[in-house]
Amino acid sequence: MSSVKSRRTIAVAVARKDLSIEWNSRILTNQVAPFAAIVMVMFAFALDNEGILQRVAPGLMWLATLFSMLIVVQRSFTVESADGALDALRVAGVDTGAIFVGKSLALMVQLFVLEILLLATAVVLYGVEMTAVGLLEAFVTMVVATAGLGCVGTLYGGLAAGAKGRETLLPLLLLPVVAPVLIGATRATEAAFGSGGTAVSEGWPWIGLLAVFAVIFAVAGTVAFGPLVDE
Amino acid sequence: MDSVIELNDVVAVLGQFPALAGANLQVSRGEIVLLQGPNGAGKTSILRVCAGLLPIERGSGRVLGIDLVAQRDEVRSRVGLLGHSNGLYLDLTVDQNVRFWASMVNATEEEIVRAMSLMRIDGRLSSVKTARLSAGQRRRCALASLIVRRAEIWLLDEPHAGLDAQGRDELDIVLRNAVFAGATIVLASHEMERASALATRVVTVDGGGVQ
Repeated sequence: MSSVKSRRTIAVAVARKDLSIEWNSRILTNQVAPFAAIVMVMFAFALDNEGILQRVAPGLMWLATLFSMLIVVQRSFTVESADGALDALRVAGVDTGAIFVGKSLALMVQLFVLEILLLATAVVLYGVEMTAVGLLEAFVTMVVATAGLGCVGTLYGGLAAGAKGRETLLPLLLLPVVAPVLIGATRATEAAFGSGGTAVSEGWPWIGLLAVFAVIFAVAGTVAFGPLVDE
Repeated sequence: MDSVIELNDVVAVLGQFPALAGANLQVSRGEIVLLQGPNGAGKTSILRVCAGLLPIERGSGRVLGIDLVAQRDEVRSRVGLLGHSNGLYLDLTVDQNVRFWASMVNATEEEIVRAMSLMRIDGRLSSVKTARLSAGQRRRCALASLIVRRAEIWLLDEPHAGLDAQGRDELDIVLRNAVFAGATIVLASHEMERASALATRVVTVDGGGVQ
């Protein structure tokens, strides 16, 4: 009888597998990151005013993150369904909660890399300036927001994976749900950037909201992911 | 011999269509049972029910003594299903794929090396991305992944598909060795001559039931 390993070991193996797939295929670096950067440049072309760009830079950065996330989530589940691997994992009796945690972790790592790139793009392209405390707050915002996005992205990616027209269904399902992250992360990043004279201290309550969102979807995802992929 | 698979009047549904309509099947430990029948007869559905993937709507079923209605999840860790797809990650190398599946159970390095050698996917082939392999090579990689999982019941849907003559002979040896080591095998195949020679019993499936 095969002995199924602990949830943590399996989660780490699934995360390592997803990151190995990304490392081998370079989709994130060769396609998603350039797409995110192009979105930031297009925003700059559309607004064409440094004062406005500095004011709205946090919102643009998080919108670009959400658009890029849709591609990464689609990709994360396409590799599972391309040759029936998710079915094989289910047949192998692998703990679906562990699969959820592993895939969420891998998604978080990829999103965090993207967000660092987008932050750097905002600094260079939009002329954003930050203090040391602001930089710390931006970093904490990215970590907490990424945790929430990773969990909700994996949950809804799994939900859409077996559905007809999943490519168009995922944005329709996911974007409304991540609206609180967009709002919270944008407000917190505004405080970190000092956009419109916002004080750095005003960002921390929003980070609290992001943390609550992350915890809710981490718990919900661990419980609901199995029944969702079974359907 | 004790019975490891028991299906009694099993009805299963795929979407809105009946996949099985009162199927009965008993398989004893150590058997190699061949399911034969035309396309759409219900062979794959029987395998998926036994794997705990397709729920039973009516009737009852037990696999390794575990109730397929109430404890479907428990069955899954003790059987291995190789369906029409191979369950591989196409952007991983052969070695990464087998090691990933090995990491799901307590497979030793020796078991990994032996499985890859047995399926002739060691050496240069081990570092090739699965997407670049031929259909037969992918099948061998999937079988190696199944071997390292040490499943008690092997459910195989067209296992010979895509394999060359040497690969088919080697697969038959692997299957016989698996049975010798205590496994039970149920396979669906259209390659009657080869599969019949391998099987200890042939069962005809038609119209969602076992004849």
